[in-house]
Amino acid sequence: MIPQTFDYTAPATLDQALALIAQGAKPLAGGMSLIPMMKLRLAAPEHLVDIGRLKELNYIREDAGALHLGAGCTHYEVETSPLLRGKCPLLSETAAHIGDVQVRNMGTIGGSIAHADPSADYPAALQALEAKIVLRGAQSQRTVAASAFFLDTFATALEPGEIVSEIIVPVEEAGAGASYQKMAQPASGFAIVGVAARLRRSGGKIAMARIGVTGLAGRSFRATAAEKALENTAGSAAEIQAAAALVAQGVEANSDLHASAEYRKHLAAVYAGRALFAALARTA
Amino acid sequence: MNIHVTINGKNYSHDVEPRLLLIHYLREVVGLTGPHIGCETSLCGACTVELGGKAVKSCTMFAVQANGASITTIEGLAANGKLHAIQEAFWNEHGLQCGFCTPGMIMASKQILDRNPNPTEEEIRHGLEGNICRCTGYQHIVNAVKAAAKATGA
Ligand SMILES: Cc1cc2nc3c(=O)[nH]c(=O)nc-3n(C[C@H](O)[C@H](O)[C@H](O)COP(=O)(O)OP(=O)(O)OC[C@H]3O[C@@H](n4cnc5c(N)ncnc54)[C@H](O)[C@@H]3O)c2cc1C
Ligand code: FES
Ligand code: FES
Repeated sequence: MIPQTFDYTAPATLDQALALIAQGAKPLAGGMSLIPMMKLRLAAPEHLVDIGRLKELNYIREDAGALHLGAGCTHYEVETSPLLRGKCPLLSETAAHIGDVQVRNMGTIGGSIAHADPSADYPAALQALEAKIVLRGAQSQRTVAASAFFLDTFATALEPGEIVSEIIVPVEEAGAGASYQKMAQPASGFAIVGVAARLRRSGGKIAMARIGVTGLAGRSFRATAAEKALENTAGSAAEIQAAAALVAQGVEANSDLHASAEYRKHLAAVYAGRALFAALARTA
Repeated sequence: MNIHVTINGKNYSHDVEPRLLLIHYLREVVGLTGPHIGCETSLCGACTVELGGKAVKSCTMFAVQANGASITTIEGLAANGKLHAIQEAFWNEHGLQCGFCTPGMIMASKQILDRNPNPTEEEIRHGLEGNICRCTGYQHIVNAVKAAAKATGA
Protein backbone atom coordinates (compact mmCIF):
# COMPACT_ATOMS: atom_id res chain seq x y z
CA MET A 1 0.00 0.00 0.00
CA ILE A 2 2.80 2.41 -0.80
CA PRO A 3 2.14 5.01 -3.49
CA GLN A 4 4.53 5.88 -6.27
CA THR A 5 6.97 8.67 -5.49
CA PHE A 6 5.87 12.25 -6.03
CA ASP A 7 6.85 15.82 -5.18
CA TYR A 8 4.84 17.65 -2.54
CA THR A 9 4.32 21.39 -2.17
CA ALA A 10 2.25 23.15 0.47
CA PRO A 11 1.93 26.69 -0.91
CA ALA A 12 1.03 29.59 1.36
CA THR A 13 -1.44 31.21 -1.02
CA LEU A 14 -4.12 30.17 -3.47
CA ASP A 15 -2.36 32.06 -6.28
CA GLN A 16 0.81 30.04 -5.76
CA ALA A 17 -1.28 26.85 -5.74
CA LEU A 18 -3.08 27.80 -8.95
CA ALA A 19 0.23 28.61 -10.67
CA LEU A 20 1.51 25.11 -9.88
CA ILE A 21 -1.78 23.48 -10.88
CA ALA A 22 -1.62 25.38 -14.18
CA GLN A 23 1.71 23.61 -14.79
CA GLY A 24 0.08 20.22 -14.27
CA ALA A 25 0.38 19.62 -10.52
CA LYS A 26 -2.54 17.83 -8.88
CA PRO A 27 -4.47 19.33 -5.97
CA LEU A 28 -4.56 17.40 -2.70
CA ALA A 29 -7.35 18.51 -0.37
CA GLY A 30 -8.47 16.14 2.39
CA GLY A 31 -6.92 13.15 0.64
CA MET A 32 -9.88 10.93 1.46
CA SER A 33 -10.36 9.87 -2.13
CA LEU A 34 -6.99 10.66 -3.68
CA ILE A 35 -4.74 8.90 -1.14
CA PRO A 36 -6.66 5.59 -1.26
CA MET A 37 -6.37 5.74 -5.07
CA MET A 38 -2.65 6.48 -4.89
CA LYS A 39 -2.12 3.61 -2.46
CA LEU A 40 -3.83 1.27 -4.91
CA ARG A 41 -1.76 2.90 -7.67
CA LEU A 42 -4.93 3.81 -9.53
CA ALA A 43 -3.54 7.34 -9.41
CA ALA A 44 0.12 8.30 -9.67
CA PRO A 45 0.41 12.09 -9.76
CA GLU A 46 3.95 13.40 -10.09
CA HIS A 47 3.40 16.55 -8.10
CA LEU A 48 0.86 17.15 -5.33
CA VAL A 49 -0.12 20.65 -4.29
CA ASP A 50 -1.66 20.68 -0.84
CA ILE A 51 -4.65 23.02 -0.96
CA GLY A 52 -6.12 21.46 2.17
CA ARG A 53 -4.43 24.00 4.44
CA LEU A 54 -5.31 27.16 2.53
CA LYS A 55 -7.32 29.50 4.76
CA GLU A 56 -8.44 31.28 1.58
CA LEU A 57 -10.55 28.23 0.69
CA ASN A 58 -11.96 27.77 4.17
CA TYR A 59 -14.97 29.98 4.92
CA ILE A 60 -18.74 29.87 5.12
CA ARG A 61 -20.46 33.23 4.76
CA GLU A 62 -23.77 34.76 3.82
CA ASP A 63 -24.03 37.35 1.10
CA ALA A 64 -27.16 38.73 -0.58
CA GLY A 65 -29.49 35.82 0.12
CA ALA A 66 -26.92 33.15 -0.68
CA LEU A 67 -24.42 31.10 1.31
CA HIS A 68 -20.87 30.87 0.03
CA LEU A 69 -18.70 27.92 1.06
CA GLY A 70 -15.00 27.75 0.35
CA ALA A 71 -14.07 24.48 -1.38
CA GLY A 72 -11.78 23.64 1.54
CA CYS A 73 -14.57 23.35 4.13
CA THR A 74 -14.46 19.89 5.63
CA HIS A 75 -17.53 17.70 5.81
CA TYR A 76 -17.39 18.17 9.60
CA GLU A 77 -17.45 21.95 9.21
CA VAL A 78 -20.42 21.74 6.86
CA GLU A 79 -22.17 19.33 9.22
CA THR A 80 -21.76 21.57 12.27
CA SER A 81 -21.76 25.16 10.91
CA PRO A 82 -24.46 27.08 12.83
CA LEU A 83 -24.98 29.33 9.79
CA LEU A 84 -25.67 26.38 7.48
CA ARG A 85 -27.74 24.51 10.04
CA GLY A 86 -29.95 27.56 10.37
CA LYS A 87 -30.15 28.67 6.74
CA CYS A 88 -29.44 25.62 4.59
CA PRO A 89 -29.97 22.60 6.84
CA LEU A 90 -30.15 20.20 3.89
CA LEU A 91 -26.42 20.62 3.25
CA SER A 92 -25.48 20.02 6.91
CA GLU A 93 -27.75 16.98 7.07
CA THR A 94 -26.13 15.58 3.92
CA ALA A 95 -22.59 16.14 5.24
CA ALA A 96 -23.45 14.21 8.41
CA HIS A 97 -24.18 11.15 6.24
CA ILE A 98 -20.69 11.03 4.71
CA GLY A 99 -18.41 8.19 5.79
CA ASP A 100 -17.35 8.44 9.42
CA VAL A 101 -15.99 11.08 11.79
CA GLN A 102 -12.38 10.65 10.71
CA VAL A 103 -13.34 11.03 7.04
CA ARG A 104 -15.51 14.06 7.79
CA ASN A 105 -12.65 15.67 9.72
CA MET A 106 -10.40 15.58 6.65
CA GLY A 107 -12.53 15.34 3.50
CA THR A 108 -13.66 18.58 1.84
CA ILE A 109 -16.74 19.58 -0.13
CA GLY A 110 -14.57 20.78 -3.01
CA GLY A 111 -12.67 17.50 -3.13
CA SER A 112 -15.84 15.48 -3.02
CA ILE A 113 -17.50 17.22 -5.93
CA ALA A 114 -14.31 17.46 -8.00
CA HIS A 115 -13.87 13.70 -7.56
CA ALA A 116 -17.50 13.16 -8.72
CA ASP A 117 -17.94 9.67 -7.41
CA PRO A 118 -21.37 8.58 -8.70
CA SER A 119 -22.24 7.40 -5.15
CA ALA A 120 -21.12 10.54 -3.31
CA ASP A 121 -23.67 12.24 -1.08
CA TYR A 122 -23.23 15.98 -1.72
CA PRO A 123 -24.29 15.91 -5.38
CA ALA A 124 -27.90 15.00 -4.50
CA ALA A 125 -28.21 18.02 -2.20
CA LEU A 126 -26.38 20.36 -4.59
CA GLN A 127 -28.72 19.37 -7.45
CA ALA A 128 -31.81 19.88 -5.26
CA LEU A 129 -30.44 23.24 -4.07
CA GLU A 130 -29.61 24.35 -7.65
CA ALA A 131 -26.17 25.18 -6.32
CA LYS A 132 -23.61 27.15 -8.29
CA ILE A 133 -20.01 26.08 -8.44
CA VAL A 134 -17.19 28.57 -8.87
CA LEU A 135 -14.18 27.29 -10.83
CA ARG A 136 -10.88 29.11 -10.71
CA GLY A 137 -7.72 28.87 -12.72
CA ALA A 138 -4.53 30.91 -12.55
CA GLN A 139 -6.03 33.46 -14.98
CA SER A 140 -9.71 32.59 -14.99
CA GLN A 141 -12.88 32.37 -12.97
CA ARG A 142 -16.31 31.11 -14.03
CA THR A 143 -19.47 29.88 -12.38
CA VAL A 144 -21.42 26.83 -13.50
CA ALA A 145 -24.70 25.36 -12.29
CA ALA A 146 -24.51 22.05 -10.44
CA SER A 147 -26.66 20.56 -13.22
CA ALA A 148 -23.91 21.45 -15.71
CA PHE A 149 -20.98 20.54 -13.44
CA PHE A 150 -21.52 16.81 -12.93
CA LEU A 151 -21.01 15.20 -16.34
CA ASP A 152 -20.48 11.51 -15.70
CA THR A 153 -18.72 9.01 -13.41
CA PHE A 154 -15.58 10.83 -12.16
CA ALA A 155 -16.11 13.47 -14.87
CA THR A 156 -16.94 17.13 -14.28
CA ALA A 157 -16.88 20.47 -16.07
CA LEU A 158 -13.42 21.21 -14.57
CA GLU A 159 -10.86 22.07 -17.24
CA PRO A 160 -7.14 21.33 -16.78
CA GLY A 161 -5.63 23.96 -14.48
CA GLU A 162 -8.95 24.74 -12.80
CA ILE A 163 -10.05 24.00 -9.27
CA VAL A 164 -13.38 24.23 -7.50
CA SER A 165 -12.97 27.32 -5.35
CA GLU A 166 -16.48 27.95 -4.01
CA ILE A 167 -19.94 26.43 -3.72
CA ILE A 168 -22.96 28.76 -3.59
CA VAL A 169 -26.31 27.61 -2.18
CA PRO A 170 -29.47 29.60 -1.51
CA VAL A 171 -30.65 30.68 1.92
CA GLU A 172 -33.69 28.47 2.39
CA GLU A 173 -36.94 30.46 2.40
CA ALA A 174 -38.95 30.45 5.60
CA GLY A 175 -41.48 27.63 5.59
CA ALA A 176 -39.51 25.42 3.22
CA GLY A 177 -38.65 21.86 4.26
CA ALA A 178 -35.89 19.55 3.05
CA SER A 179 -34.46 16.11 3.72
CA TYR A 180 -31.74 13.78 2.47
CA GLN A 181 -32.41 10.06 2.66
CA LYS A 182 -29.88 7.44 1.68
CA MET A 183 -29.43 3.71 1.47
CA ALA A 184 -25.82 3.36 2.60
CA GLN A 185 -23.50 0.63 1.39
CA PRO A 186 -22.82 -0.96 4.79
CA ALA A 187 -19.03 -1.28 4.48
CA SER A 188 -18.02 2.04 2.92
CA GLY A 189 -21.04 4.17 3.82
CA PHE A 190 -21.34 5.45 0.23
CA ALA A 191 -24.87 5.90 -1.14
CA ILE A 192 -26.25 2.97 -3.10
CA VAL A 193 -29.00 5.47 -3.74
CA GLY A 194 -29.48 8.87 -2.07
CA VAL A 195 -32.29 11.37 -2.62
CA ALA A 196 -32.45 14.99 -1.47
CA ALA A 197 -35.85 16.67 -1.52
CA ARG A 198 -36.84 20.32 -0.98
CA LEU A 199 -40.45 21.47 -0.77
CA ARG A 200 -42.23 24.75 -0.17
CA ARG A 201 -45.96 25.04 0.49
CA SER A 202 -48.14 28.02 -0.20
CA GLY A 203 -51.92 28.29 0.16
CA GLY A 204 -52.27 24.56 0.87
CA LYS A 205 -50.39 23.60 -2.29
CA ILE A 206 -46.84 22.57 -3.06
CA ALA A 207 -45.43 25.69 -4.65
CA MET A 208 -41.92 24.36 -5.24
CA ALA A 209 -40.43 20.88 -5.40
CA ARG A 210 -36.76 20.06 -6.04
CA ILE A 211 -35.41 16.53 -6.06
CA GLY A 212 -31.72 15.59 -6.43
CA VAL A 213 -30.63 12.00 -6.93
CA THR A 214 -27.24 10.35 -6.43
CA GLY A 215 -26.03 6.76 -6.68
CA LEU A 216 -28.62 5.72 -9.23
CA ALA A 217 -26.80 6.63 -12.44
CA GLY A 218 -23.33 7.65 -13.66
CA ARG A 219 -24.05 11.23 -12.67
CA SER A 220 -26.26 12.93 -10.12
CA PHE A 221 -29.30 14.65 -11.56
CA ARG A 222 -32.52 16.53 -10.82
CA ALA A 223 -35.67 14.46 -11.17
CA THR A 224 -37.61 17.15 -13.03
CA ALA A 225 -40.55 14.96 -14.10
CA ALA A 226 -41.23 14.05 -10.48
CA GLU A 227 -40.85 17.70 -9.43
CA LYS A 228 -43.40 18.83 -12.04
CA ALA A 229 -45.82 16.08 -11.05
CA LEU A 230 -45.78 17.31 -7.47
CA GLU A 231 -45.96 21.05 -7.95
CA ASN A 232 -49.44 22.57 -7.57
CA THR A 233 -50.77 19.45 -5.91
CA ALA A 234 -51.89 19.31 -2.27
CA GLY A 235 -49.04 16.88 -1.53
CA SER A 236 -51.26 13.99 -0.44
CA ALA A 237 -49.66 10.64 0.30
CA ALA A 238 -50.89 9.30 -3.04
CA GLU A 239 -49.50 12.31 -4.92
CA ILE A 240 -46.11 11.93 -3.24
CA GLN A 241 -45.97 8.22 -4.02
CA ALA A 242 -46.90 8.89 -7.62
CA ALA A 243 -44.16 11.52 -7.95
CA ALA A 244 -41.57 9.31 -6.24
CA ALA A 245 -42.31 6.55 -8.74
CA LEU A 246 -41.22 8.90 -11.55
CA VAL A 247 -37.72 9.53 -10.14
CA ALA A 248 -36.09 6.54 -11.80
CA GLN A 249 -38.19 6.56 -14.94
CA GLY A 250 -36.11 6.46 -18.11
CA VAL A 251 -32.85 6.48 -16.14
CA GLU A 252 -30.03 4.20 -17.23
CA ALA A 253 -29.22 2.86 -13.76
CA ASN A 254 -25.85 1.67 -12.46
CA SER A 255 -25.42 -1.97 -11.61
CA ASP A 256 -22.73 -3.50 -9.40
CA LEU A 257 -22.30 -6.21 -6.81
CA HIS A 258 -24.12 -4.12 -4.20
CA ALA A 259 -27.29 -3.53 -6.20
CA SER A 260 -28.59 -4.39 -9.65
CA ALA A 261 -29.97 -1.65 -11.89
CA GLU A 262 -33.50 -2.85 -11.26
CA TYR A 263 -33.03 -2.84 -7.47
CA ARG A 264 -31.45 0.63 -7.58
CA LYS A 265 -34.46 1.96 -9.46
CA HIS A 266 -36.75 0.42 -6.87
CA LEU A 267 -34.67 1.98 -4.08
CA ALA A 268 -34.74 5.36 -5.79
CA ALA A 269 -38.55 5.41 -5.67
CA VAL A 270 -38.62 4.23 -2.05
CA TYR A 271 -36.02 6.76 -0.87
CA ALA A 272 -37.56 9.57 -2.92
CA GLY A 273 -40.83 8.86 -1.12
CA ARG A 274 -39.10 8.97 2.27
CA ALA A 275 -37.24 12.18 1.45
CA LEU A 276 -40.42 13.84 0.18
CA PHE A 277 -42.49 12.82 3.21
CA ALA A 278 -39.73 13.99 5.58
CA ALA A 279 -39.35 17.29 3.69
CA LEU A 280 -43.10 17.85 3.74
CA ALA A 281 -43.24 17.25 7.48
CA ARG A 282 -40.63 19.99 7.89
CA THR A 283 -42.50 22.62 5.87
CA ALA A 284 -44.25 25.19 8.00
CA MET B 1 11.31 16.86 2.78
CA ASN B 2 12.03 18.05 6.30
CA ILE B 3 9.07 18.04 8.70
CA HIS B 4 8.62 19.30 12.24
CA VAL B 5 5.89 17.81 14.39
CA THR B 6 4.96 17.74 18.04
CA ILE B 7 3.93 14.28 19.17
CA ASN B 8 2.55 13.76 22.66
CA GLY B 9 4.16 17.03 23.70
CA LYS B 10 7.63 16.24 22.31
CA ASN B 11 9.15 17.95 19.27
CA TYR B 12 10.50 15.88 16.39
CA SER B 13 12.15 16.78 13.13
CA HIS B 14 12.82 14.28 10.34
CA ASP B 15 13.60 14.10 6.65
CA VAL B 16 10.89 12.02 5.04
CA GLU B 17 9.81 10.98 1.57
CA PRO B 18 6.50 12.69 0.64
CA ARG B 19 4.91 9.28 0.05
CA LEU B 20 5.55 8.11 3.62
CA LEU B 21 2.19 7.54 5.30
CA LEU B 22 1.70 9.11 8.72
CA ILE B 23 1.09 5.69 10.30
CA HIS B 24 4.43 4.40 8.98
CA TYR B 25 6.14 7.57 10.19
CA LEU B 26 4.70 7.15 13.69
CA ARG B 27 5.41 3.44 13.97
CA GLU B 28 8.67 3.04 12.10
CA VAL B 29 10.43 6.39 12.29
CA VAL B 30 9.27 7.69 15.67
CA GLY B 31 8.81 4.23 17.21
CA LEU B 32 5.28 4.71 18.51
CA THR B 33 3.56 1.38 17.87
CA GLY B 34 0.37 2.21 19.76
CA PRO B 35 -1.51 3.25 16.62
CA HIS B 36 -2.14 -0.02 14.77
CA ILE B 37 -2.41 -0.93 11.11
CA GLY B 38 -5.58 -2.97 10.64
CA CYS B 39 -6.76 -2.55 7.08
CA GLU B 40 -4.53 0.16 5.63
CA THR B 41 -7.53 1.07 3.47
CA SER B 42 -9.22 3.77 5.60
CA LEU B 43 -11.95 1.47 6.87
CA CYS B 44 -11.07 0.05 10.31
CA GLY B 45 -9.91 3.04 12.36
CA ALA B 46 -7.16 1.13 14.24
CA CYS B 47 -4.66 3.78 13.09
CA THR B 48 -6.67 6.72 14.48
CA VAL B 49 -4.62 9.51 16.05
CA GLU B 50 -5.45 13.08 16.97
CA LEU B 51 -4.01 15.75 14.73
CA GLY B 52 -4.62 19.38 15.66
CA GLY B 53 -7.56 18.27 17.80
CA LYS B 54 -9.16 16.16 15.07
CA ALA B 55 -9.32 12.37 14.97
CA VAL B 56 -7.79 11.20 11.69
CA LYS B 57 -6.92 7.86 10.11
CA SER B 58 -3.15 8.03 9.94
CA CYS B 59 -3.04 5.38 7.19
CA THR B 60 -4.81 7.82 4.86
CA MET B 61 -2.56 10.77 5.31
CA PHE B 62 1.01 11.57 4.36
CA ALA B 63 3.45 12.53 7.10
CA VAL B 64 4.27 15.70 5.15
CA GLN B 65 0.64 16.83 5.54
CA ALA B 66 1.23 16.86 9.31
CA ASN B 67 4.19 19.24 9.04
CA GLY B 68 3.87 21.85 11.80
CA ALA B 69 1.01 20.03 13.51
CA SER B 70 0.54 18.67 16.97
CA ILE B 71 -0.29 14.96 17.20
CA THR B 72 -1.55 12.86 20.08
CA THR B 73 -1.34 9.08 19.94
CA ILE B 74 -2.65 6.56 22.46
CA GLU B 75 0.77 6.74 24.15
CA GLY B 76 0.12 10.39 25.00
CA LEU B 77 -3.04 9.90 27.03
CA ALA B 78 -1.83 8.50 30.34
CA ALA B 79 -0.09 11.10 32.48
CA ASN B 80 2.13 10.69 35.54
CA GLY B 81 1.52 6.95 35.68
CA LYS B 82 -2.24 7.48 35.74
CA LEU B 83 -4.52 6.22 32.99
CA HIS B 84 -6.73 8.69 31.11
CA ALA B 85 -10.41 8.53 32.17
CA ILE B 86 -11.34 6.86 28.87
CA GLN B 87 -8.62 4.21 29.29
CA GLU B 88 -9.82 3.60 32.83
CA ALA B 89 -13.41 3.24 31.60
CA PHE B 90 -12.44 0.78 28.82
CA TRP B 91 -10.70 -1.31 31.48
CA ASN B 92 -13.57 -1.20 33.98
CA GLU B 93 -16.33 -1.79 31.42
CA HIS B 94 -14.54 -4.56 29.46
CA GLY B 95 -14.37 -2.29 26.40
CA LEU B 96 -11.65 -4.52 24.93
CA GLN B 97 -10.88 -8.17 24.38
CA CYS B 98 -7.88 -8.72 22.10
CA GLY B 99 -7.10 -5.02 22.25
CA PHE B 100 -6.16 -4.59 18.60
CA CYS B 101 -8.81 -1.96 17.87
CA THR B 102 -8.45 -0.28 21.26
CA PRO B 103 -5.90 2.48 20.53
CA GLY B 104 -8.09 3.70 17.67
CA MET B 105 -11.32 3.20 19.61
CA ILE B 106 -10.02 5.27 22.48
CA MET B 107 -8.82 8.08 20.23
CA ALA B 108 -12.22 8.13 18.46
CA SER B 109 -13.95 8.08 21.87
CA LYS B 110 -11.81 11.03 22.94
CA GLN B 111 -13.00 12.94 19.87
CA ILE B 112 -16.62 12.23 20.79
CA LEU B 113 -16.20 13.45 24.38
CA ASP B 114 -14.03 16.45 23.46
CA ARG B 115 -16.81 17.70 21.19
CA ASN B 116 -19.75 16.62 23.32
CA PRO B 117 -19.11 15.76 26.98
CA ASN B 118 -22.57 14.24 27.37
CA PRO B 119 -23.32 12.16 24.27
CA THR B 120 -26.40 9.99 23.84
CA GLU B 121 -25.95 6.33 22.93
CA GLU B 122 -26.86 7.19 19.34
CA GLU B 123 -24.26 9.96 19.23
CA ILE B 124 -21.64 7.58 20.61
CA ARG B 125 -22.43 4.99 17.93
CA HIS B 126 -22.38 7.71 15.21
CA GLY B 127 -18.95 8.81 16.50
CA LEU B 128 -17.56 5.27 16.41
CA GLU B 129 -18.75 4.45 12.88
CA GLY B 130 -15.21 4.66 11.54
CA ASN B 131 -13.82 2.06 13.95
CA ILE B 132 -14.24 -1.68 13.62
CA CYS B 133 -13.95 -4.19 16.46
CA ARG B 134 -13.94 -7.90 15.72
CA CYS B 135 -14.27 -8.99 19.35
CA THR B 136 -16.54 -7.05 21.65
CA GLY B 137 -19.73 -6.57 19.67
CA TYR B 138 -19.41 -2.86 20.54
CA GLN B 139 -21.85 -2.82 23.48
CA HIS B 140 -19.10 -2.73 26.11
CA ILE B 141 -17.26 -0.07 24.13
CA VAL B 142 -20.38 2.10 24.10
CA ASN B 143 -20.76 1.45 27.84
CA ALA B 144 -17.15 2.50 28.37
CA VAL B 145 -17.66 5.80 26.56
CA LYS B 146 -20.77 6.44 28.68
CA ALA B 147 -18.83 5.61 31.84
CA ALA B 148 -15.98 7.91 30.81
CA ALA B 149 -18.47 10.72 30.17
CA LYS B 150 -19.89 10.20 33.63
CA ALA B 151 -16.48 10.04 35.27
CA THR B 152 -15.21 13.22 33.64
CA GLY B 153 -18.51 15.08 34.05
CA ALA B 154 -18.71 14.28 37.76
C1 LIG C 1 -13.74 5.29 4.53
C2 LIG C 1 -14.33 6.32 3.61
C3 LIG C 1 -15.71 6.43 3.52
C4 LIG C 1 -16.29 7.40 2.70
N1 LIG C 1 -17.65 7.48 2.66
C5 LIG C 1 -18.23 8.41 1.89
C6 LIG C 1 -19.66 8.55 1.85
O1 LIG C 1 -20.39 7.86 2.56
N2 LIG C 1 -20.18 9.50 1.05
C7 LIG C 1 -19.41 10.33 0.29
O2 LIG C 1 -19.93 11.18 -0.42
N3 LIG C 1 -18.06 10.22 0.29
C8 LIG C 1 -17.46 9.29 1.07
N4 LIG C 1 -16.08 9.20 1.09
C9 LIG C 1 -15.27 10.10 0.22
C10 LIG C 1 -14.99 11.41 0.94
O3 LIG C 1 -16.17 12.18 0.99
C11 LIG C 1 -13.88 12.24 0.33
O4 LIG C 1 -13.55 13.19 1.30
C12 LIG C 1 -14.17 13.08 -0.88
O5 LIG C 1 -14.66 12.25 -1.89
C13 LIG C 1 -12.89 13.75 -1.41
O6 LIG C 1 -12.62 14.96 -0.77
P1 LIG C 1 -11.12 15.28 -0.31
O7 LIG C 1 -11.11 16.67 0.18
O8 LIG C 1 -10.67 14.24 0.63
O9 LIG C 1 -10.36 15.25 -1.72
P2 LIG C 1 -9.00 14.54 -2.15
O10 LIG C 1 -9.03 13.08 -1.87
O11 LIG C 1 -7.85 15.32 -1.65
O12 LIG C 1 -9.11 14.78 -3.73
C14 LIG C 1 -10.04 14.05 -4.52
C15 LIG C 1 -9.88 14.47 -5.99
O13 LIG C 1 -10.34 15.80 -6.20
C16 LIG C 1 -9.27 16.66 -6.59
N5 LIG C 1 -9.51 17.90 -5.85
C17 LIG C 1 -9.52 18.06 -4.49
N6 LIG C 1 -9.92 19.30 -4.18
C18 LIG C 1 -10.18 19.93 -5.36
C19 LIG C 1 -10.65 21.24 -5.70
N7 LIG C 1 -10.96 22.16 -4.77
N8 LIG C 1 -10.80 21.54 -7.01
C20 LIG C 1 -10.50 20.63 -7.97
N9 LIG C 1 -10.06 19.38 -7.71
C21 LIG C 1 -9.90 19.05 -6.42
C22 LIG C 1 -7.99 15.92 -6.29
O14 LIG C 1 -6.96 16.27 -7.17
C23 LIG C 1 -8.43 14.48 -6.47
O15 LIG C 1 -8.45 14.14 -7.83
C24 LIG C 1 -15.46 8.25 1.92
C25 LIG C 1 -14.08 8.14 2.00
C26 LIG C 1 -13.50 7.19 2.83
C27 LIG C 1 -12.01 7.09 2.90
S1 FES D 1 -5.41 0.94 9.27
FE1 FES D 1 -6.11 2.96 8.97
S2 FES D 1 -8.24 2.71 8.88
FE2 FES D 1 -7.55 0.66 9.05
S1 FES E 1 -11.01 -5.89 21.09
FE1 FES E 1 -10.34 -7.20 19.54
S2 FES E 1 -10.74 -6.03 17.77
FE2 FES E 1 -11.67 -4.86 19.31
